[in-house]
Amino acid sequence: MKKNRSLIVVAGILVLALLVVGCAAPATPTEAPTEEPMAEPFRIAVVSPSAINDLAFSQSIYDAVTLIQEEMGGESAVEVAFSDNMFVVEDAAAAIRDYASEGYDLVIAHGSQYGGSLVEIAPEFTDTAFAWGTAGDTFTDQGVTNVYAYEAASDQGGYVMGVMGAALSESGVIGVVGPIEVGDAKLYVDGFTLGAAAQNPDVTVNVNYINSFSDVALASEAAQAQVNAGADVMTGTAQMVVGAIGVADENGVLWFGTQANQTSLAPDIVVASQVYHWEVVLRDIIANIQGGTLGGEAYAINLENGGEVIEFNPDFALPDDVKTLADDTIQGIIDGSITYELPTE
Amino acid sequence: MLSELLTTDVLIGIVASGIRLATSYLYAAIGETFGQLSGVLNLGVDGIMLMGAFGAYYAVIKTDSLFLGVLTAVGIGLIMGLAMAYVSVTLQAEQGISGIGFYLFGLGMSDLLFRKLVGTPLPASTFPRLHIPLLSDMPILGEVFFRHSLMVYLAFLLVPISSYVINRTTFGLKVRAVGQNPEAGDTLGINVNRIRYTTVILGSVLAAVGGASLSIALLGIFQQNLTNGQGFIAVALVYFGAWRPAGVMGGALLYGLVAALVLAGNTTGIIPRSGADIAAMMPALLTILALVIATRQVHQPAALSKPYKRGE
Repeated sequence: MKKNRSLIVVAGILVLALLVVGCAAPATPTEAPTEEPMAEPFRIAVVSPSAINDLAFSQSIYDAVTLIQEEMGGESAVEVAFSDNMFVVEDAAAAIRDYASEGYDLVIAHGSQYGGSLVEIAPEFTDTAFAWGTAGDTFTDQGVTNVYAYEAASDQGGYVMGVMGAALSESGVIGVVGPIEVGDAKLYVDGFTLGAAAQNPDVTVNVNYINSFSDVALASEAAQAQVNAGADVMTGTAQMVVGAIGVADENGVLWFGTQANQTSLAPDIVVASQVYHWEVVLRDIIANIQGGTLGGEAYAINLENGGEVIEFNPDFALPDDVKTLADDTIQGIIDGSITYELPTE
Repeated sequence: MLSELLTTDVLIGIVASGIRLATSYLYAAIGETFGQLSGVLNLGVDGIMLMGAFGAYYAVIKTDSLFLGVLTAVGIGLIMGLAMAYVSVTLQAEQGISGIGFYLFGLGMSDLLFRKLVGTPLPASTFPRLHIPLLSDMPILGEVFFRHSLMVYLAFLLVPISSYVINRTTFGLKVRAVGQNPEAGDTLGINVNRIRYTTVILGSVLAAVGGASLSIALLGIFQQNLTNGQGFIAVALVYFGAWRPAGVMGGALLYGLVAALVLAGNTTGIIPRSGADIAAMMPALLTILALVIATRQVHQPAALSKPYKRGE
């Protein structure tokens, strides 16, 4: 009997724990409209790897979808569901499949690691449109017709930041805290390095990929190592950089953010952030879906189409000449007068 | 190239960084040592650390009092420890499984509370680095050892204190007796369950404070899954240290120092970019290796993870 009782207790705890975990990653759609709806709402579901309040990758898609919902007329016009913290690809795949079978019009798989699952799931739900990123492959060569792809030319904003960083650095040493050398993180860091070198070839850019998207403590010590190496300007990408920004703040080192506006974390030292506005892409995708096309197109946000915006910290006293330099660089990338070659693999 | 890594400044930076990184592991692992010595394996450490980290962070952003932050973590540790002890001692549940349950609870609950109560992450104030007259000003030694925050010193102070408690007090003797042979202890009049409740609760409090040492000392921020699995490494460090506080400290320092060494190597370019992923595995790899070699000679507490049932 004793044994049975303890088993029941353990089972009870596990169920409770799973319930709480489930609550934290809510897959609950926003309230269905209570009054008679004019038409069926457009239904969007998002699956993302980290938390929607990470001030980085997942935050960027959350903000975009929330904005789209407002633009299209609020909760009665667009129903939105989020499943975040889907670090485990198998869990994400299950969520993607669930949303598709529940009849969502657009299921967004916000993580390049979800591609392998998506190419298997999408053909089973030909009435549902899928979008995934950051990636460039819509799988049309594999006969898939209902997948959109989106990516960020984050090297462009990175280049602008690099130019500014090199102009502002007095020590001539810039530190970068990166996650894993893939995707838009790699593009951003490569662009940043090129921009810094273009502005001042004598500047040293120390790049440290810590091989984790989530280890905040390690990111913090990586930033400290950059400071020890003489950096007076730093940047970094992915959600674990919140740890690095704290160290930058403590040491009076300037910080350039990316993916979301990171000014609120350290108003004294954040110079500017490259912010992703995925709504630029989502508007097109939704219009296409409403026109009957469910996939097959690859999009990229960049400085020119307004999907990437350099947001300056209004409280940071940026010298006028550096601001002008930044604006000129942005303009130059848009009109093609500034070109650069990204390193190959 | 290597000479770049071996400059005094860089070496100082590495050791100081290793000490900071070891701190949160040290709190959690010393706490876990008490529990395991008395025969209770608590695998929920990481969940308790997360709850402590969030509680301390939330208290600090609301009140700006670091003291209240630590106090909140202590309170959370008490409650979660009491619950853990109830499940594993009174209800005699399978400890490996119930610990995982506590971990998942802490992981989810800390994120849920963070989202509902805070939303957009705000920076929290942190324990300042102390400046100790004379000591902090010493060249090299001062920079390595005497410019840390109070939370770092407390963690290392725990090592001699817990060593003393375990080896030189009646309480410590009872803890070890209960972990080796609870039947014999019971015969001698030791209240087995009371001892185990005490150690599990103490361990939980230290785990929660370890979490706080991340959120309101090292980082000044909270994020979903802030500990990133540190609690599980802490459990491994207890085995590594062979249930001796000094050994546990050695393990935590080894782990922290190797991690700091890899970071410095990456930063200065001594570790090439192509080797970064292999280098990132080094702390865990070395710890496992040392664990294999070190634990050949020692034996775990005989009654570890075995619930005690009187009269069976």
